[in-house]
Amino acid sequence: MAARLDVQKTYKLFIGGAFPRSESGRTFALLARNGSLIANVAQASRKDLRDAVVAARSAQPGWAARTAYNRGQILYRVAEVMESRRGEFAEDLNRCGVPIASARKEVERAIDRWVWYAGWCDKFHHLAGTVNSVAGPYFNFTMPEPTGVVGIVAPESPGLLGLVSRLAPALVSGNTAVVLTGEASPLTAVSLAEVVATSDVPGGVVNILTGATKEMLPWLLGHRDVNAVDLTGAPNLEAATVAEAAENVKRLIRGEPDDQSPYVIADFCEMKTVWHPVGR
Amino acid sequence: MVTLPRRAGRLEEVSTEVVTPAASAVFAPRSRSGVALRVTPVDEVGLEARARTFTTRSIKTTSKRAAINLAISCIDLTTLEGMDTPGKVAALCRKAVRPDPANPGLPSVAAVCVYPQMVPAAVLHTTGTGVHVASVAGAFPSGQSSMAVRVADIEQAVADGADEIDIVISRGAFLSGDYRYVFNEIEAQKVACGPAHLKVILETGELGSYDQIRKASMLAMAAGADFIKTSTGKVAQNSSMPVALCMAEAIRDYADQTGEIVGLKVAGGIRTAKQAWHYLVLIAETLGTQWLTPDLFRIGASSLLNDLLLQIQKLDTGRYSGPNYVSVD
Amino acid sequence: MADEIEPANLSLTNVTFDLEYAPALESKSIVSIDKEYGLFIGGKFVEPKDGKKFVTVSPSTEEKLSQISSASAADVDRAVKAARKAHTEIWGRMSGRDRAKYLFRIARQLQERAREFAVLESIDGGKPIRESRDVDVPLAAAHFFYHAGWADKLEYAFPDRRIAPKGVVGQIIPWNFPLLMLAWKIAPALATGNTVVLKPAETTPLTALLFAQLLQDVDLPPGVVNIVTGAGATGSALVEHKDVDKLAFTGSTSVGKQIQRSAAARGLPLTLELGGKAAHIVFEDAALDQAVEGVINGIYFNQGHVCCAGSRLLVQESIADSFIDRLKNRMSTLRVGDPLDKNTDVGAINSSEQLGRITALVEAGVAEGAEIYQPSCALPAKGYWFRPTIFTNVQQSHRIAREEIFGPVLSVLTFRTPEEAVAKANDTQYGLSAGIWTEKGSKILWMADQLDAGVIWANTFNQFDPASPFGGYKESGFGREGGLQGLSAYVSLSSPRGAS
Repeated sequence: MAARLDVQKTYKLFIGGAFPRSESGRTFALLARNGSLIANVAQASRKDLRDAVVAARSAQPGWAARTAYNRGQILYRVAEVMESRRGEFAEDLNRCGVPIASARKEVERAIDRWVWYAGWCDKFHHLAGTVNSVAGPYFNFTMPEPTGVVGIVAPESPGLLGLVSRLAPALVSGNTAVVLTGEASPLTAVSLAEVVATSDVPGGVVNILTGATKEMLPWLLGHRDVNAVDLTGAPNLEAATVAEAAENVKRLIRGEPDDQSPYVIADFCEMKTVWHPVGR
Repeated sequence: MVTLPRRAGRLEEVSTEVVTPAASAVFAPRSRSGVALRVTPVDEVGLEARARTFTTRSIKTTSKRAAINLAISCIDLTTLEGMDTPGKVAALCRKAVRPDPANPGLPSVAAVCVYPQMVPAAVLHTTGTGVHVASVAGAFPSGQSSMAVRVADIEQAVADGADEIDIVISRGAFLSGDYRYVFNEIEAQKVACGPAHLKVILETGELGSYDQIRKASMLAMAAGADFIKTSTGKVAQNSSMPVALCMAEAIRDYADQTGEIVGLKVAGGIRTAKQAWHYLVLIAETLGTQWLTPDLFRIGASSLLNDLLLQIQKLDTGRYSGPNYVSVD
Repeated sequence: MADEIEPANLSLTNVTFDLEYAPALESKSIVSIDKEYGLFIGGKFVEPKDGKKFVTVSPSTEEKLSQISSASAADVDRAVKAARKAHTEIWGRMSGRDRAKYLFRIARQLQERAREFAVLESIDGGKPIRESRDVDVPLAAAHFFYHAGWADKLEYAFPDRRIAPKGVVGQIIPWNFPLLMLAWKIAPALATGNTVVLKPAETTPLTALLFAQLLQDVDLPPGVVNIVTGAGATGSALVEHKDVDKLAFTGSTSVGKQIQRSAAARGLPLTLELGGKAAHIVFEDAALDQAVEGVINGIYFNQGHVCCAGSRLLVQESIADSFIDRLKNRMSTLRVGDPLDKNTDVGAINSSEQLGRITALVEAGVAEGAEIYQPSCALPAKGYWFRPTIFTNVQQSHRIAREEIFGPVLSVLTFRTPEEAVAKANDTQYGLSAGIWTEKGSKILWMADQLDAGVIWANTFNQFDPASPFGGYKESGFGREGGLQGLSAYVSLSSPRGAS
């Protein structure tokens, strides 16, 4: 009997909880080292970016309004669903050139990172927030709030772990995200989108655009309805491109591709301070 | 004596008018004209902060002289001691009419304020001078007597010649929420006053919060007070700038809502000229200068007058004066 | 008996009290202003390389106060080099305990010379002595005192991190709170081990220069703080300098954006404290008399030259008319005039340029159909003055409801529901501060959650404290000043385990 013929996956964008092709109709060929075709991957356009920002903006208040307990459970659910697809993620990384042993290790660490950040949702306020002893009859406290819609340039390497290390802390406080994936490892990004789509994460909270990061970044940095951009995955940018961020006084975040820390959660937050008199 | 409009309001158990949440359904006083009175909540910290700003107003030279003259003319020169005698009252009256014999240009005080038993002596020594005779009455300072006794007390003082009566509200009834009782007792004592002016003491030191002081102010005005007054001087907490501000704001609110004008008397613990003009600034900037007359503003005090005289002497001579240069009465 | 007594002086008893408080001037003799000042570089006052000077004037009298040095790019370079040297050789290596002691010294000397700083601030900037004496200078001292205590405790501020100072920081401050903004900038920078090059605003350099003299008195090592005076070109030279490790700017949003363009292109750490158009929201169930005070203080404090000023009053429609009446009444007691008079509530506009901007926007308000009210107070003949102003019938689309006026001008709008109040309040590019007045606790917390602003004052306004972080959302800037959160702008943090 002949061997079973594989069913090949179409790698599409993830916008507002759906998996559309690029409105531009473009794809790019992802090739293995030996030059064979791994997949045709959707190549996002600036209009896809625009749609992703609209989806992220409309999802943001609802995501932030959920209880921290609920957000924590949903992020933990992402880890659960990812765990059941460990093999596939490792294989995807491997197809993109990561040795299989390292790939397995990276997948495990990525899953564990979701678990780690899921647990922070209802705890990081303890660390980032403060009650402030002002010199007067006032109760004064500072609390972290999500910045809003954040753009994330996923680090090229480690492809999966880097993406999770930047995306998860942004979601903890209630931000929604538009992710530009690295061109080297879009497969795991799309697989992660499928995990997100089946983990009770509301549509629009995470949006993933595969394709030419360089082409998209000026549009992301110049977008007036994006509050912050994480440039960890784009360390060397043209000056004129980054300067676009000043258009709406955008927050620029620069971190480590493989950091795991509550300080990263705070990097994606605003600090709000509230005063109230204490009297009878 | 300026005749103030007579008021008679009413208190209804339940109001259908929109009132603020702080004016609970059981407290909805109405003015004589039937206006449902809004009682605005008070924030303690903000009120006290505003009250402090009046004390940073700097009053110098010509302003200071005007302030001292005005303060003198607004004093209810007071003696409320168990050991008061007609002799003591005679000395007080002399001081009231002519505060500094060496300085005949100074105004007289507004009134002398005494216990009912001392009213005849006070009348004897002030008749024809224009200085009013105020009597505390109605079981002052506790108010803890039957209405019959309190009314009789007032009627006697008025019959003896007092033309101003200072009474206290029943704090117990007020604090237990029996606003109708407090309203009715003020109204009854107002009737007993006849032509005499009624000053209603809230005894703010026993009311517990500025919200309560504001509420009591509105209640007293609705029930017919010509003046509302801070304190008896007989409890630990006397008048203070925030208390006076709280009551002044209630008076302004009452005037805005009803068109009726009520006076303010601050009493207790006011001993220095500086304190006195802080109150004048408070009145001027809260109610307006039209309230800065003895008809609408009084300071109940005894030792304050001498401090004002020392300040005048400093202005006149350029030298700091001392207690040996004023009469101790 | 009674007839022996002379009649009372009744004629005097009905004299209305004259509220025109006689002038109560704070003495100027406590300050001495030099004819000219150099730049403070490397612990000494030095002449600018090209010898250029400019005049600083008193906005209340238009009197020329002093000749101030204008720092060129070459002077800025000297200052940065001095700061670098001080950082490498002394300050960057000094123990936190000793840095703390220097900051405590500075705080104490500011307290000791408080009146001198206050009078000078009022002369140079036009703000009432009551504010410079009771707010600016005590708060500036408090900032040094607060941050002094942090200098040797940073490991508790940032647990599980390796902490390093940024190095040399460039700081540019505005003219509305000259000494206080200096304190907000310098105190956290020094506490965390940085050295500083600071540029004060060109219209208000004098207290910064007096502060430089104070630094000499406390023996702060040369070069730890350098003060370069000048206008925009001096600021640009500091922003563009290649050897600055971090920039901090307080000022207008438009200049802030230029600075961000430059800093972002170089990946330079930056914090910005920019403009605002704060909504001050008053509900019908508020403590109205205190709300009036809050609104008045919110817009007329410091002539409205306050980035967090409550310049948009949103009042619930059910009480709008009576509340506006109360406001107008209260405005009539405001005293506009000589900043050195202790009874002055509203001082001089900081410069003729700023007066022009305010006037133009107010004219735009009138032209757009809003209704203007100003109390009829007399203004001094010389100097720059603007009457406290209220606009009613303002619509959300009017320029005076959208643009920062930075003057004593309040725009009044109304709302019907909490949702509408939030929608109107957030309908702005800014997000620095907001005010809420209601006696209902749950509504305060709901509103505070909904409003896009870094500082929320509920049942109070314009309160500041070194322990309380201050800073904005959206185009009002990023980063915080004050409190634990304010320290992070001046440190580099890394994982103690290295990259994992």
